[in-house]
Formats: sequence, C-alpha cells, structure tokens
Amino acid sequence: MSLLGERVKRTEDRKFLTTGGTYVDDLPHEGALWVTYLRSTVAHARISSIDVSDARNALGVVDVITGDDIDLAPLPPDFGLYNDKMVRPWLPPTGGKVRYVGEPVVAILSETRAQAVDASELIVVDYDPLPAVVGVENAAKDESLLFEEAGTNLAFEMKGDSPPGDPTLFEGCDVVVRQRTVNQRVAPAPLETRACAVRWEGDHLTVWASTQAPHGVRDAYAKHFELEPEQIRVISPDVGGGFGAKISPYVEELLLPWLARRSGKPVRWAETRTESMLNLGHGRGQVQEVELGGTRDGKLLAYRLTVDQDCGAYCKVGGLMVFSTRMMATGVYDIPKAHYACRSWVTNTTPTVAYRGAGRPEAAAAIERAVDLFAAEAGLDPAEVRRLNFIAAFGEPHTTTMGTVYDTGDYPAALSLALDKADYAGLRAEQKRRRETNDSVALGIGLSVYVEVTGGAGAGEWAGVSVDDSGKVTVRTGTSPHGQGHNTAWAQIASSKLGVAMSDITVEHGDTDIIPMGGGTMGSRSLQHGGAAVAKVCDMLLEKAAGGPLQGLSADASVSASGPTFPFGAHVAIVEVDTETGMVKLRQLVAVDDAGKILNPTLADGQVHGGVAQGVAQALLEEFSYDADGNPLTSTLADYAFVTAAELPSVDRFMMETPTPNNELGAKGIGESGTIGSTPAVQNAVVDALAHLGVRHIDMPTTPEKVWREIQKARS
Amino acid sequence: MKVAMRVNGEHRADEVESRLLLVQYLRDVLGLKATNIGCDTTSCGACTVLLDGESVKSCTVLAVQADGSAVVTAEGLRGDGDQMHPMQQAFNDHHGLQCGFCTPGMVMAAIGLVKESSDLDEEAVRHGLEGNLCRCTGYQNIVAAVLDAARRPGVTETS
Amino acid sequence: MIPAAFEYVRADSVDAAIAALTEHGDEAKLLAGGHSLLPLMKLRLAFPAVLVDIGRVSELNFVREEGDEIVVGALTRHSELARHDLVRQEAPLLARAASLIGDPQVRHRGTIGGSLAHGDPASDLPAVVLALGATLVAQGPDGRREIGADDMFQGFLETALDEDEMLTEIRLPRAAGRGWSYQKFTRRSQDWAIVAVAALIGDGGAPSVTLVNMGTKPMRARATEAALAAGSTAPEAAALAAQETEPPADLVASPEYRKHLATVLTRRALEEAASR
Repeated sequence: MSLLGERVKRTEDRKFLTTGGTYVDDLPHEGALWVTYLRSTVAHARISSIDVSDARNALGVVDVITGDDIDLAPLPPDFGLYNDKMVRPWLPPTGGKVRYVGEPVVAILSETRAQAVDASELIVVDYDPLPAVVGVENAAKDESLLFEEAGTNLAFEMKGDSPPGDPTLFEGCDVVVRQRTVNQRVAPAPLETRACAVRWEGDHLTVWASTQAPHGVRDAYAKHFELEPEQIRVISPDVGGGFGAKISPYVEELLLPWLARRSGKPVRWAETRTESMLNLGHGRGQVQEVELGGTRDGKLLAYRLTVDQDCGAYCKVGGLMVFSTRMMATGVYDIPKAHYACRSWVTNTTPTVAYRGAGRPEAAAAIERAVDLFAAEAGLDPAEVRRLNFIAAFGEPHTTTMGTVYDTGDYPAALSLALDKADYAGLRAEQKRRRETNDSVALGIGLSVYVEVTGGAGAGEWAGVSVDDSGKVTVRTGTSPHGQGHNTAWAQIASSKLGVAMSDITVEHGDTDIIPMGGGTMGSRSLQHGGAAVAKVCDMLLEKAAGGPLQGLSADASVSASGPTFPFGAHVAIVEVDTETGMVKLRQLVAVDDAGKILNPTLADGQVHGGVAQGVAQALLEEFSYDADGNPLTSTLADYAFVTAAELPSVDRFMMETPTPNNELGAKGIGESGTIGSTPAVQNAVVDALAHLGVRHIDMPTTPEKVWREIQKARS
Repeated sequence: MKVAMRVNGEHRADEVESRLLLVQYLRDVLGLKATNIGCDTTSCGACTVLLDGESVKSCTVLAVQADGSAVVTAEGLRGDGDQMHPMQQAFNDHHGLQCGFCTPGMVMAAIGLVKESSDLDEEAVRHGLEGNLCRCTGYQNIVAAVLDAARRPGVTETS
Repeated sequence: MIPAAFEYVRADSVDAAIAALTEHGDEAKLLAGGHSLLPLMKLRLAFPAVLVDIGRVSELNFVREEGDEIVVGALTRHSELARHDLVRQEAPLLARAASLIGDPQVRHRGTIGGSLAHGDPASDLPAVVLALGATLVAQGPDGRREIGADDMFQGFLETALDEDEMLTEIRLPRAAGRGWSYQKFTRRSQDWAIVAVAALIGDGGAPSVTLVNMGTKPMRARATEAALAAGSTAPEAAALAAQETEPPADLVASPEYRKHLATVLTRRALEEAASR
C-alpha cells in the first residue's frame, strides 16, 4: 500500500519524548577540555592590551589563548562577491579591532566548564572605543569604518539603472506610492544553542557539530586546515533547530581543531543563550524603499525596490539575501516594469545569515505592503487590486519581469479560497460596524498573497538504499533533518516504493563517514531533492531486482532536480487593535498554502504552524535591537520577545496541491512558506485596522507603543 | 555539600558544590540528559521538571535546595507496559514535537498543568504553557496534544 | 549560567536565619524561592558570598485569619496565593495579581516575602500590598517590628528592611466587600508589566490606587486617590494617575507612553472595580 500523501505519525518521536534527543552537548566527549570564549563588551574598539596572567594561574585552567597566539591566516569573507578587504581575525590580537559586542576575544581551556567561567572574570581587556556603526543608514555615511583598509562600509552592491525617486519609471501612472519600510533584524533562536567538539587521531579529525549541513561543515574545516575531506568525519547528532542559522560553521567552532592540536587533547565547546543571541547569526535586517505605480482603476504598471541590507560586522551569507529578494521582488503580480537595486553594509552588530525564508520574506513584505499602500491611495479594495494584477494560473513555466522562471501556480485560486474561508465580506461588514459605533477596539483584515522559491540551494541530493538478507532496509540521505521528520518521510517513500513495512526501514543521516555527500537541510530543499533522490534510488533498486527478491541489493545515486520550485499561497490575518493602548491581538490567521504534492500532511502542517508562528512574531513582537553605541538590548530570552503559546491563535490551515514538474514527487518546499506569507498579512492587518484614522504605514514589529504613536500622529 | 533526593523514584545521594544548579545535577552528575538547558534567564522552560509534584525550572533551583525532595524528569515517566506516559503519547499522536529540544520540559510542564487544572480549554493551555518556549511547532500541535491528553486516564500519574 | 561560588547555609527557623544574617553581615543574602536572586547570580550580576536558604522555614509558610486581618507567611508561594480560598475570598486582588506573575513554574517557586524584600518597582506584589494597605512584619536580632506598606519601599530595589532583618508575615485587612481590579499590561504574558495598576475601592474604605513600573519604586497614584475621595468620576480621577510619576525609559516603552498607559489602565481598573 502506498503511504504517499498519508498522515503517518512520526517514528522518531519516542526517543525525544522519553530519554530526550542526543544533542552535541549531551555526548560524553571523554577526556575533552572545555573551551570558553571571553567576549567583547564593546561594539567597536581597538584592543590596547589583554592581560590573561591571573587567568592562566586560575584553578583548572590549562591554557589561555588570545589573537596574539594564533598563527592561522585571517578569515576572508564567506563569499567572493564581498569586498575582499573585509577579513576577520580568528581572535582579534592586541592592536587589532573588535567589531561587535559578543565577538570572541580570548579562548580559555579548562578541566571543567565552571573553572573557565571563573577564570574569565580575571582577564582584563583594555579597549580604546571607536564610534560604533549601527544601522545601514549610518554605515552608508562611511564616517566610521569597520575596515579602514576597505575604505568603505559597503560590502556588496548590485546597481540598478533606475535610482530611487526617479519618476521616469512611473510615467503613465495615475497613482504612485512610496514608502521606506524596515524589515527588522531578528534572532533565529533555535532552542538548542551551538555546541561543538573535536578530536584528533593522528591527522584525522572528528567533529561533532550542531549543524544543518554536515558535509558543508566538513568542507569548511578541510579548507581552513588544509585537509582532504576524507581526513575529516563530521557527526551531526540530534540538532535542536537551525532555521538557517546553523548552515555554515562559526569562528568559535572552526578554531577548535587548532586549540585541540595545541593542547594535545580533544576539546568541547558549548555556548550560553546570551552568547548565542550575540553570535549565532541574525536574520533579515533590510531597509527597503518601495515605489509602486499604476492606473487609477488598479492596474499596476511599475515597481521599484531598493534595498540596503545589514551584514553585521563580518561578511557571512546575510549580505547576499538580497539575491533572493531580487528574484522574488514582483511576487505573484504581473507588473510590466520593475527595477531592483541593493547594497549590503557592514555594521558593528552581530553578523547576519540566512533565517527561515532568507530574502524571500523580505521580498514578500515589500511588495505586499506596497500593494496595500497602492490600494489605499487609489481607494480600492486590496483584494481587488490583487485580483486585477495576478499572474494568471499557469501550468507551464512563466518568466516574470525580474527574469525569474516560476514552475506552476494558481494565485487567484489561493486568494479566493483564503477569502472564502475567512469570510472576507463578513469581516469587512464587522469592521464597518465597529467604525460606525466608534468601537475603541478596531478590526483589521490583512491580506498577503505570496510566491517563493525553494530547493534552489544545491540542486540535487544523494541517497543510498540497501536491503539486508532479512529484508530490512536502510535508507541513507544527504539531507540533515533537525526537526523536519525525514526519518518518517523518507521511510514512507521507501515503503511505498519497495513494498516494505515502515517498521523494517531505518533512515540514516548526519555522519559524513556513512553518507558520502549531501547538501544538508536548508532552503526548503529536502523533500524535492532528498526525498526525490530516495524515490529514484528505490526505483533503481527495483530495476536491479527485476521482479526478484530485494535481499542483498543496494543502490545509491546523486539525483538532480530539473530546477527550483515556487510554492505559493494566500494568508488572511484578522487582528484587533486596542486603540487606547496600541496593543494588537491576532484573532485569526487563515493560511492557504500550496507546496505541490504533499507527502505527509501532518508534517506539512507542522512546518506551516511553526513558520507562521515565526512570521507572526516578526510582525508583532520580535526585533533584535541595539542602542546607538552598538550595545545589544535584547541579548537574553527575557528581553527578546520570543513568541509564546499565549500570544498566538491556532492557525486555520487549508492545503492546495498544484504539482511541479521539476521533480518526481511533484513536491515543492513547505519549510518557509508560513514565515513568508504570514508576516505581511499581519502587518497589513494592523495598518488596515487603523486606516480609517488616517494611518498609512507602521513598521514591524508593530509594538503597542509604535502603534499608539501612529494613532496619535494620525489624529493630530 | 551533601544532597540526597529521590529522582524518578530512585534514591540518589551525592557530594556537590553549593552553586550547582538542579539541572546540572540531573544532567552532569546523574547523566539524565533529557532535561535540556535552553537559556540563562529562567525564560525558556526546557529544563522543566516536577519537584515534589510541581513544575519548576530546574535551572533556577540549586541542587542543595532540592535536598530531600522528589524529582521527576521525562526519563521517569511511564505508561502501561511498554507504552509511553499518556502525555508523551499525546505529543506523538498530535505531532507536538519537531526538533525535540523543548520537548521533555514541555511535557513536564504540561503534566504539571493538567495536575493543577481539571477543566482546561485552549486558552488555559496556552497560558499554562507560557513558561515554555518552542521555536519549531508554533505550539499549535502541542496545545492540541495537551487538550487531548488531559482527558486520558493516568495522565497525572508520575510515580 | 554558572554562579560564582558561595557558602551555603540552611536555616531551619527564623531565629537561625537571623543568626546567620547577623554573623555574615552584608556578605549574606537570603534565599527563599530564589527567583529574583538566582537569575542575577547565573549572569554574574550578583555575587553574594553567603546564601542563607530559608526555603524550609515552615513556620513562615501559612495563610490564616487573625481577627480583622488575613495573615500570609512570607514564604507563601505565588501559586498558593493564587489558589488559596481565604486569599481569594478576602484579598482577591492579591490572588489575581499572584496568578499573573511570570509563568507557572516561576509561581511554584517564587514567594511573597522574596518579592517584597526585593522591592522591584516592576514586579506585581509590592504595588498590590501597597493597594491593600498591608502591614509587613519583619524580624531581626532585636525582635519583631511592623512596617506599613507605605513605608516599605524606599527607592530602586531599596526597602525599609535592615540587613539583618527578614520579612516574616504580611498582614492584610479583610477586603472581601471591596471592589478591586488588577490591570497588567504586557507584550507577552510571561513578561514583567510594562505598567500595571491595582485598584481597591468602596465598602467604606479610602480608595486605593497603586502603580507598577511607573518610577523607582511601587507607588500610589495619589492625585487619583484624592480625586476619588473628593467624589470625582473614574475617568476624571484616572486622568490624574500619572501625576508626579517619573516612569523609566526602556526598550519596550518610553516614559510618555507609560504615563499614557497609566491613565488608561487606571480608568479600566476603576471601572472594573466599581462593577465588582
């Protein structure tokens, strides 16, 4: 019996529920020394001296390492596209600079974890403070430079041929709206913070890493320590969430083999939450200028999006999120003219990386906010403006104004279903009633119709399937689940293909000695690449068996998909805004999501629920904040408004299934859609609630004070 | 300092530093790793255990404060035969976990909640879990699991 | 996450605790539920050399009636206050506020005495005992003394308690017949109050309105109380709630916004109290 499309319960749960998962810091790491980093307390400064003498003599301390001790070449930017002068020290030496609060400065090796924490209090670092650069607009002044040798804070630029404010793009438009919008910096905050351990045996290195991509981690260590990949084994045991921030390794992890070599012992490191909030890469961080023009009756004619992206202090992948923002800039709309330009800036803040959605939520937020601004300006219903401008349903590839080739889609159907399920007409009637009776609690209805791109990162995936003499099946995969449920999902595929019970199938992942290659789990790629590879290799196995028994057979292959996929959907958010206090309550969220053929609706539901929660949190609550001196204001989970169960309603989720031709399963990614669709819906709902008062735009997060101030401004 | 306590029904006695937190005692001295540490500000609830029958954050209790007490962690939960505890089973039935890191603490908080409240509705469950953060599930299936588990026989039993 | 090392002393009685405080002076801190102190110690923002654990002083864990008063032992936990029949009957304002502190796990450990002795202007119970007109009983080497709630909170995290004194009981006038309300404004339900307002009115007593997180200490909205006593309506009196306050500026709220919130929450509190 085929289990494809069935609600199969997760097979991996029992361990997590009873003994708990086995995360890196749960492992014994026999004989390992503890590594603890002392971190910068200032955002931008030159180090005049580091005194570690008392710490060296502290109880249990084996070694204390500063940047002066390290003989490794500095770390270049993570990608060649960046300004190559923006190199990072492993640890800043005396006379060198620190560039963000939290940056590791000293490494302490000790026999117990507590000893290093005690010893760190004995270290004195003298900083000569420099003016801190906070925010892209300050970075662009190029007054205080993070890297003097670069001569600028500009790390990457994609020039447009139509600068912001240039009216020629909007010739023929009756209505043009412009708005500066902030897609604020947020913390990915997986529940498991980073931990890593390494052990040398001769010239062979074993690394235990909390990562989404063990093979990528292996390759990073190989590059920095001039090893062949075969000399390195990376084990990724259970991983407590990643959300994009655990794709590539960080300096604290990369330095461990060097520390282990020097000490002659294995070493282990685990960070605290506060360290994690300051060092695990942040997400988003764009300031956008949106401009949208069209006719009085609602036909959109031209769009310009100009983005300034915050890289943080060092150039990791965050500064390149602008590419996927560009790719998806025009969203679900057919807009004849569109222009895009972007610049990525270094600032004295935590480096930015990919975070659930990675550039696409930023694109969706920009265009969906712009469409609402346009509708408000033109005096049209935002649903109507969307209907008028959708790309019509298509089953063949469609090339957008941005040059992006979408696979399949039916955006009008998604919006119709969402409006129907939300009772849009009824909600508008309720809104009208409340306005007429001067209800102090305003009702807001926000729409967002999104399309995004998944599976673009690393086209193709490896899978191996073998059957032992008793008929038990082992599936190996290059994906690296950290909550997504691949053990269940891949077994569903193998079971359906091979006719073997799921209980006789084991799925293995996360060990580079067992899995020869793999792209890991990111960018909602796993099912369309990894799952499709498992399906394909099962077919190969069946071909080998030629109708005979499977026992003793095995097959493996790297399987490429025909291209990325473009999931889409429509979200309707209903909020109540207390106009006296500015407090926003999300009353309901209707989510229609289409990720092609669904393998396991239960797992897909879970992805949507989690994505929506993070998306709603960005719209309402979460922001990683700094003061003007670069001091972080939200470095603990007491300060950072991580959303809890009490702030959320249950999502009303409805599935559509428009298959893609780009992989055998017809599947598109579902991991990030919830985050992409929900955020603009909620933000638009908050503005919609207050539109009758004259409020036109509120930046995220729509905190009570911000909302209250906008109401005051509109009333005055 | 000498501490003695009953952990998951077993008598344990150890010499510990006075500054050792209960969660560190459970994890590092007793080797019970289900209880996780997710923050350093008593915010996330990943370290929730039952202390003398009530949910507490074991990161904010000294091991010496728990001297003489009874502690139950996820490892100590049992159902009939080789079944999981009804709360654990409900989490599996409703897909109430993804990465699993918050899960043991969430389960213990949920058991603590159903022990104290007989007529839980969705809002009460959502507020009852306000001390436990989850980044994966959006809480929706956790809430469904707890509402379902609250009706299951044996859900408040933790001995 | 790892506190600095300290000496741990377990006191089994009030006398033993006071003896330990006397012996160690300002090096020592009392540890009750630990939910104010341990988080600071874990971040190494507090480094007491000696912790005197009073968690087992069972003589301080009680709620009982004494004549016109309800007497709550200092070690009574928030969860117990929230569900205790006598507290719910005679001081429902206290029961309600206690039920909103932090989260369930925090309420299982935190104690009323610990919260009052810490005296945080952003925490719930100091303003509530102020509204209730409580008398706080402290014990020290020289014996027992009573401190009016109005005299207890003297500045930011500063109380009238001497270093070698501890709170032993909180005496509350019965308030069963009075109208009450606790309006707590937070972004997330587990958060500290951005602003909260406690109100107790009617049944012949003087109207009492107190404010959380509107200054360096929990305080009365005196202008509001005076206006109510003089017969003003709730909206009129509430409009005065932020007078003479200097609320803090932080990431979640500006002083101006806090002042605005205080007036809105006070009006709501007075309206709700009047309906009870």
